[in-house]
Amino acid sequence: MSRQSVAKAHQKIQELSWEPAYHEPVSQYGTDYTFRKAQKKDPLKQVLRSYFPMQEEKDHRVYGASDGAIRGNMFRQVQERWLEWQKLFLSIIPLPEISAARAMPLLFRTVPNPELHNGQAIQMIDEVRHSTIQQNLKRLYMNNYIDPAGFNSSLRNFQSDYCGTIGRQFAEGFITGDAITAASIYLTIVAETAFTNTLFVAMPAEAAANGDYLLPTVFHSVQSDESRHISNGYATLLMALADEDNHQLLARDLRYAWWNNHRVVDAAIGTFIEYGTKDRRKDRESYAEMWRRWIYDDYYRSYLVPLEKYGLEIPHDLIEESWNQIWNKGYVHEVAQFFATGWLANYWRIDPMTDKDFEWFEYKYPGWYDKYGAWWENYNRLSRPNGHKPIVFEDVDYEYPHRCWTCMVPCLVREDMVMAKVDGQWRTYCHEMCKWTDETAFRPTYQGRQTPNMGKLIGHREWETLYHGWNWADVVSDMGFVRDDGKTMVAQPHLDLNPDKMWTLDHLRKCPPLASPNVLLNEMSDDERTAFAARYVKGGPAGRPAPADA
Amino acid sequence: MTTTQDSPKFERSVPKPVFTDAEAGAKEFPDSTLRHYNYYKPQKRKQSHYEDVTVDVQPDPRHYLSQGWLYGFADGRGGYPLDWTALKAWGSDKPSPQRGPGTGGMMVKDWPATGWHEFRDPNEEWELTLYRYNSNVVRQVTQNVEAAKQSKAFEQWNPNWVRFVEHHVGAWMHVDHGLGLYLFANANRRAPTNMHNNAISVNSMHRIRAAQDLALYNLTLSEEIEGFDGGAHLQTWNDDPAWQGVRDVAEQLTAIDDWCEAIFAANVVFEPLVGELFRSQLVQQASPRNGDFVTPTVIGAAEYDFAERDLRYTTAMFELLTNDKEFADHNKAILTDWLGSWTEKALGAARKLQPLWSQPDAKPPRFEDGLDRVKNRFSGILGQLGLEAPKELAQ
Repeated sequence: MSRQSVAKAHQKIQELSWEPAYHEPVSQYGTDYTFRKAQKKDPLKQVLRSYFPMQEEKDHRVYGASDGAIRGNMFRQVQERWLEWQKLFLSIIPLPEISAARAMPLLFRTVPNPELHNGQAIQMIDEVRHSTIQQNLKRLYMNNYIDPAGFNSSLRNFQSDYCGTIGRQFAEGFITGDAITAASIYLTIVAETAFTNTLFVAMPAEAAANGDYLLPTVFHSVQSDESRHISNGYATLLMALADEDNHQLLARDLRYAWWNNHRVVDAAIGTFIEYGTKDRRKDRESYAEMWRRWIYDDYYRSYLVPLEKYGLEIPHDLIEESWNQIWNKGYVHEVAQFFATGWLANYWRIDPMTDKDFEWFEYKYPGWYDKYGAWWENYNRLSRPNGHKPIVFEDVDYEYPHRCWTCMVPCLVREDMVMAKVDGQWRTYCHEMCKWTDETAFRPTYQGRQTPNMGKLIGHREWETLYHGWNWADVVSDMGFVRDDGKTMVAQPHLDLNPDKMWTLDHLRKCPPLASPNVLLNEMSDDERTAFAARYVKGGPAGRPAPADA
Repeated sequence: MTTTQDSPKFERSVPKPVFTDAEAGAKEFPDSTLRHYNYYKPQKRKQSHYEDVTVDVQPDPRHYLSQGWLYGFADGRGGYPLDWTALKAWGSDKPSPQRGPGTGGMMVKDWPATGWHEFRDPNEEWELTLYRYNSNVVRQVTQNVEAAKQSKAFEQWNPNWVRFVEHHVGAWMHVDHGLGLYLFANANRRAPTNMHNNAISVNSMHRIRAAQDLALYNLTLSEEIEGFDGGAHLQTWNDDPAWQGVRDVAEQLTAIDDWCEAIFAANVVFEPLVGELFRSQLVQQASPRNGDFVTPTVIGAAEYDFAERDLRYTTAMFELLTNDKEFADHNKAILTDWLGSWTEKALGAARKLQPLWSQPDAKPPRFEDGLDRVKNRFSGILGQLGLEAPKELAQ
């Protein structure tokens, strides 16, 4: 269809909607926002007659490239260091995608604008596309990459592993709670508009640099849909801004959504890009540089700030604090170090860093070696079983962290850890903002205002709790992270596939039992707890315990 | 011979290809040959491509979701509560594992834990199939209409048929659109498995596409037929008494809270008794007699969507529930209630459409004959589901 005829066709399909004359459609999701009916235009301007062939053509390109990758033996050039992290990423991402599809109905009754519903329905089926095309990519990796372990058990792993649980927020946050908070602010305004840039643009570029051109093929195809979804969010946001009563809630939700996305996405994607690559050219962008470009400049300065004049309260302080976390407090490095510390609880292999990596990190993040270098040298030294235990049990100047109740990433920037007794339980938080999210934002009142539709944080949010007192061999066995010989672990702290160099359940059997930091925290007396917190915040960087005289 | 001066060497900064030998089969080690998703049991002997990209993407606390749902609604419930429908699949009443300090993951080894997870879409829809199918449909419909334009086919239509198409064929677009968005797309948030929700979302796109097919066909006719009133369908939908029964029922369908009832009422009752009556027993029959070979190709695409694909997954979905090893009787009792109520409403709407049969110059087969045919087909669908035809069918 020509552009002109698409415009005419789009105008015509506006005749399809009708105002109910006899019965209102069911209303199943609530919001504390208020909307006036407004003639906002459907920003997608998609007509299915052109949409379906367009998507089919995009599919032809994706599947053609997939076929070419197999015929051209792409996997002879793929870096294992990179593909191993895809076992985590591709176990997570299909659920957020499909959850975005499931989120669209939350907006049908709460945003009274039938023209926008058309765009939301198209986003729904786009998301079905993304979820299944990503499952398919993972299937291709499983079939053609040297080590299928972790891909073959992908969704079981994702659903029971603590990293998967962190990633799951990026799905469940879309489909529950206040409909606008979830499906509009958290999903489209922040996750899709800001963070898909690093997820679906920056990360695929790194994949290509590591010999994997299928990830860019699939994810750039996905991203070409995301750009349309961004328009969906923008139209809803403008409608919300039109009512001043919504401004307080918008400010709350932007703060929650921004901070949670930063904690979750920067943790994962930052680690993949910085620690999953073998490309150590000095002129390739670091994650911090990418973040500055894609998120700070493109999203914050170009998209968010111009909305201030319409009354949107922008969380400038949090955006600066996120940058401070990434640049000054080593957030990504702390997370990568934690993933590697806890390698035995995961389902992928983590390659040790080498001198070449050290040099690059020092160049990109001056001072990196003094903080993290010795620990990574220890990681390398302890990577093959040789009479010692996994690094988490060895004396390498690292204190196992407490977990943040809200974002579920551990409290790694030790100085920022805060503690509170909430709903009768002592909880630790990685930052004051995560404490605010639990204590203040996800509550039925907010700043004296009734917010009966706001969601709740639920579930067993500290993974370690479930396995408190268990032997590590039983933990890994229970989670199913064991290979088909019944004893070799899926996870390994190196890339050597020689069975003699691989860790087994027998090695874990000799380790101390798992202790839940949260269970222990709640067993402490008040004085002990106060002393613990005072000491914890003096620890770090790089997980170092507080000095004895602190 | 000429000599050229060497240009200064400039090496671009690009990642260098490295031979890693990281392809399947390069080494042998534990798991090196385990190249299938090992976390679910296939419906048949071998895992299908469809299952690989669909099964277990939506997690379940009764399976591997050891930490449970993390975000809930204001009432503290997260995920996809089973009581969002009154129907039950075996295992539904068994509580989720109660996990806590030191319990471990309590992964459910006896899987599936509920009968809900036995459902597989017989159409095996995922992104590749849904885009291929719908692209083929829109291409074919576009070509048919284009060929008709070029052969001046619309000139053969008599004025009464032009009025019929502008008013009545046009009015059906509103049914497709309303149900596509507010019943099917809405229901894609409600079902407890990814297999259900993906099938429902594909159904939603069939309906929205069919609505747009009719709207764009209407646009073409406005351009091709002098005096064709492109807005007449709105007037019919809003005011024509013959259509108010259909509209009333379509709106009631979007007002259903129970997702199973919504799918059942729409695809098992309303579509066979009203949709097929209108499409196959009226429009498809009357069109050729009135010189119109184009409209049946547009309407026929929607008919195929329903008859060959949407009804197929719906039947598979409800067959499992009426044959459920624990709750077959419970489900049949509820479905029978729904049947009674929705059959009465659908037949009421169908009968109100009766005046349409007398409007074309060349008449289609009698309304009562058409109604008998759809009733027979409806009874056949119910038979496949193990349900008795309701007494309301005798109306």
